Amino acid sequence: MSIAPDTDLQENSVVTNAPTFEEAIAFIWAEADMLDRLDYKPWLKLWTQTGKYIIPVDRDADYVDALNIVYDDQEMREARAKRLLSGFSMSSAPPARTVRTVSRFVIEAQDESSITLRGAQMLAEYKYEHMRFLPADMRYHIVRAADGSLLFDEKVVTLINADDFQFGIGYLL
Amino acid sequence: MNITDFAALVQDDRVHTALYKDPAIFEEEMDRIFNNTWVWVAHASDVPAKNTFKTSWVGRQPVIVTRDRENKVHVLLNRCRHRAASVCEKKKGKASVFVCPYHGWSYDVDGKLRKVPHAKGYEEAFDTAQFPLISLRVEEYNGLIFATFKQDIEPLADFLGSAKKWIDLFMKQGAGFGVRTLGEHKFRFPGNWKIQLENTTDAYHFPIVHKTFLDSLDAETENVFDVLGQGGWVEDLGNGHSVMVMIPDLIDLEDNLDAPIPDRFADLAKELAAEGYPDDQVRRIVRAVGGSGFNLNLFPNVACSMAFFRVLRPVAVDETEITHVAIGMDGGPAAGNRARLRLHEHFQGPMGFGTPDDAEGWERVQRGARAGDDLWIMLNRGVDAPDGVAEAGHNAGDVSAETGMRAAYQMWKRMMSA
Ligand code: FES
Ligand SMILES: [Fe+2]
Repeated sequence: MSIAPDTDLQENSVVTNAPTFEEAIAFIWAEADMLDRLDYKPWLKLWTQTGKYIIPVDRDADYVDALNIVYDDQEMREARAKRLLSGFSMSSAPPARTVRTVSRFVIEAQDESSITLRGAQMLAEYKYEHMRFLPADMRYHIVRAADGSLLFDEKVVTLINADDFQFGIGYLL
Repeated sequence: MNITDFAALVQDDRVHTALYKDPAIFEEEMDRIFNNTWVWVAHASDVPAKNTFKTSWVGRQPVIVTRDRENKVHVLLNRCRHRAASVCEKKKGKASVFVCPYHGWSYDVDGKLRKVPHAKGYEEAFDTAQFPLISLRVEEYNGLIFATFKQDIEPLADFLGSAKKWIDLFMKQGAGFGVRTLGEHKFRFPGNWKIQLENTTDAYHFPIVHKTFLDSLDAETENVFDVLGQGGWVEDLGNGHSVMVMIPDLIDLEDNLDAPIPDRFADLAKELAAEGYPDDQVRRIVRAVGGSGFNLNLFPNVACSMAFFRVLRPVAVDETEITHVAIGMDGGPAAGNRARLRLHEHFQGPMGFGTPDDAEGWERVQRGARAGDDLWIMLNRGVDAPDGVAEAGHNAGDVSAETGMRAAYQMWKRMMSA
């Protein structure tokens, strides 16, 4: 949402429109809960049309010109959710069970309509006698939509071992 | 069954399950195969300039691939000659010297021991020339760098034999520019390395395992990936190598340049035209971006597959690491390479639309192989004559035939019983 900063009235609306730290955290927690429950259809609606869901290989890459594990726009997110829910992907049917917590939030930037947070995610995966852990540094750019709700404009999941080997991952991070 | 009678474990149309799960066989394979043949270690663009390096593996042994001041490539065991510390733990980079971090012995990029600190403590006769980093024999074919511990092995070109023609076709993806590596995905699966070796020329699984990948494509592209329905074939190229042609129309990327540009590349074509590339070059680049229509399996550890290198590293009898190396144009348009990266991410890697399903299949093979101690893995599919056009005199079958696997296991048998 763009806001002209030149009148008192709009200055006031700036304050009411800025996503607060608490709102952003509640939003992120709600997403984590959705993902652990494989509730991907509502998850697709948590994004701006131009939002990017990125899981990089290199910690400091310029993502668009680098190889990533995931570099999804809205179309790819939809295709991914469809695939994971289809029942025909042997790596996600049945899926691994996951339990994740997200915490250690720090505000990186904030303006009249958006907030950027860093955080940490601890995810445990269980399937076929394996227990695996996928800790990650998180970065979220969250904006306020016209209807007042919050949306992800960017989410970057940098796995602790991003540049080392992974195992097949049949769910979302 | 006598475990050292390896030949008895491989028949013409089946191999014994012990090949997937016996740790003693695995140890023998590392010695008799991986220490005894040409093993892929890098692409030339991984060491693009003098004093650049990349770390890699030959079987279980860590190596450093370096390029010296004369542009010569060396493959060195990553092990200090003093007390065995690894001398390099970076994936790639620039170095004109490798200094062991433990006691400071320093090595030139060709492996020579340059200096030892406090040399006074050694006897008079101590000769640094006696303690270089161990060098493997190295040869390169069309950018593919291979190394071997076996100094008297046949030249690489002879070992590759009929596969060379396919390597040359594969490198046409440079679209007139060079070919360069763009990045890599690494992942492991809890299963034996030969399970992935088999998979590279297994078109039979494609429509089943990769149904959700196919469902994610537009109709035109989905047709392109109808790999069982286009008259492709699998061909034994000798020495364990094989090629699986899935999309015969995409064997030679310099053919059919007048064909209409597929919808999925329309935006890319526009972008390239806007950047000033002439029409014929736009067509050539666009066709190259989609990749080749075949998988070339080079025994024992690398495949040239559509638009990437697929490298396997045996870690343990039931653990294998796979690296998918995305490749693109060296000096070509950024938009073209970006398109290739997005295509690569779509199918490959730990969260691609294809790889995790492959990995799940391979893991299921290893898990299932625990059942039945005297059962066989069947490789008897497709002894018919090919629909496509294999080279005269070559053993070949239709695209879903298990000809490539039979070729690899015959080489396995030859090397394990030599
Ligand atoms: S182990 Fe390398 S200098 Fe001692
Ligand atoms: Fe596959």
